[in-house]
Amino acid sequence: MKSSAGLHFKTYVLILLMVVFGPLGNVLLGKGMKRIGAASIGTPAEAFDLLSRVLTSGTIWLGIASLITFFAAYMLVLSWADYSYVQPASSVAYAMVALLAHFMLREVVTPLRWMGVLVICLGVLVVGQTPPRTTEPT
Amino acid sequence: MRDVIFYLLIIGAGTGGELCVSRAMKVVGEVKDFRPGALICVAGRALRLPWMWAGLSLMATAFFSLLAVLSVENVSLVVPVTALSYAGGALGGKFFLGEKVTRRRWAGVLLVCIGVGLVIAGRR
Repeated sequence: MKSSAGLHFKTYVLILLMVVFGPLGNVLLGKGMKRIGAASIGTPAEAFDLLSRVLTSGTIWLGIASLITFFAAYMLVLSWADYSYVQPASSVAYAMVALLAHFMLREVVTPLRWMGVLVICLGVLVVGQTPPRTTEPT
Repeated sequence: MRDVIFYLLIIGAGTGGELCVSRAMKVVGEVKDFRPGALICVAGRALRLPWMWAGLSLMATAFFSLLAVLSVENVSLVVPVTALSYAGGALGGKFFLGEKVTRRRWAGVLLVCIGVGLVIAGRR
């Protein structure tokens, strides 16, 4: 079997990239969409107008760039690690989203919501104790 | 009602897209060379797989649904709600990708879901 430490190391590095750039992308998208306002796509003209406003927003493009970085790390890690390992392990991103939303967007995060974030992180710790790969490579 | 549909699209299309992409990347195989040229080759191999295109289409649907919801709701609510896909993801990993999901991993997923429930309950 290949070096388990090496496999874990590159898995953790890519999950770290996912945890940073995924939430950052979502927060930037949220900031951009709040500036644009409520999405209305009742008619083709409205949909086109909304699309043009989305595509001319620098904040949204920054968000898209962050999400592309997240997606690249995600695809690479999925080439060797289980989906059912990567998906929960990356859920520490929810803590990042709450933090970024609080500090960057001034969103009010209630104590109950913070508690939920802590429970999510606990779940992440439990998942992190399991081996990254349970199937044989093809 | 409109928001519920968008949430369902984010969760359903997002999870389906991730499962398809995961399946495609398993076909591509483990990436061992991280030099730019090698990574471009990996991307080229991945983009020749129908599973990858199906996954990207579903993920694009989820992405635009996410944009629509983010225009009216807070990020700190919307993103955790999308984590409801975790249960579906674990089930999909087990039955669609043939992964062995251990009891400990199920317990972790359950905790994550409970946390998401608390996040939703903490809505003001």
